[in-house]
Amino acid sequence: MMKTIVFFLIGVLFGITLYMSEVSSWFRIYEMFQFDSFHMYGVIGTAFFFGTVIVFMINKLKVKSVFDGSSITIVDKEKGWKRYLLGGIIFGSGWAISGACPGPMFSLLGAGFFPILMVIISATFGTFCYGLFRSKLPH
Amino acid sequence: MIDFLTHPWPWYFGGTMIALVLFLLLWTGKSFGMSSNLRTLCSMMGAGKSVSFFQFNWRAQRWNLIVSLGVIAGGFLASNYIVTTHAVALSEQTIQQLTSIGIHDAGVGFAPEILFSNDAFTKPYILFLLALGGFLVGFGARYAGGCTSGHAISGLSNFQLPSLIAVVGFFIGGLLVNHFILPLLF
Repeated sequence: MMKTIVFFLIGVLFGITLYMSEVSSWFRIYEMFQFDSFHMYGVIGTAFFFGTVIVFMINKLKVKSVFDGSSITIVDKEKGWKRYLLGGIIFGSGWAISGACPGPMFSLLGAGFFPILMVIISATFGTFCYGLFRSKLPH
Repeated sequence: MIDFLTHPWPWYFGGTMIALVLFLLLWTGKSFGMSSNLRTLCSMMGAGKSVSFFQFNWRAQRWNLIVSLGVIAGGFLASNYIVTTHAVALSEQTIQQLTSIGIHDAGVGFAPEILFSNDAFTKPYILFLLALGGFLVGFGARYAGGCTSGHAISGLSNFQLPSLIAVVGFFIGGLLVNHFILPLLF
């Protein structure tokens, strides 16, 4: 129960952040792909910068998991390039249309932009279709 | 301080908070990746019966679904109780560009009315656009093994080459659609 509350609160922080920093605004995504503003690059760049510090410190200080004291391991991505490039291009195409990636979708739903439900349902269906055709796709 | 927090956050603060979320999820022994939830949802709805990709113990991913519920609550709190202005301070070029392709409320609201007001539910073409965008996001994220959170934030922070390739892909697709397809859609 305690863990559930903790994860919920982490989500609340993330949802607030996505809204307040305008990452979940369709307009900001459009602007990013137009290279008209530094905003989105600043957000992602800052998160990346502190992210590298966090990952480095966790490994360096051998930080343990707060719940059970187990060591924190960050799993490496599988090698390869096809799936990352092709999947990335498909994802980016959808991102430019819907203006929302999987985090902001949920933040927008909470903010009351209900047509985003259509995006969430279709994204779930898209995920299902990937699973269905996975063996036929180059990876 | 209150004033700072209730106005749209500057990029450096937003980015720092996202990094804090990454830290909290790693510290609790988990990982930062939102699109995995879509796979979990499929599995939860029984997709594992027909497709092996969805045969896994989805209950082990319950924590991430809880995070998503929190994200919904966070969006609700931010838009109803925290933010004092919903207008996004876009650059002048973007506002002009959007006006020229038929989106007239850039710089006024948080999201374009044409796509995200409830009127959209009565417009099949708009629903189709939202569905198309969503489908590509969901399909592409799983094909690429992650989305913005999994690749652009946590993957890059861990210097993963696959994540860099994925992010390059995000931009190839995004730039092409933004510059050549979007102007034709509205």
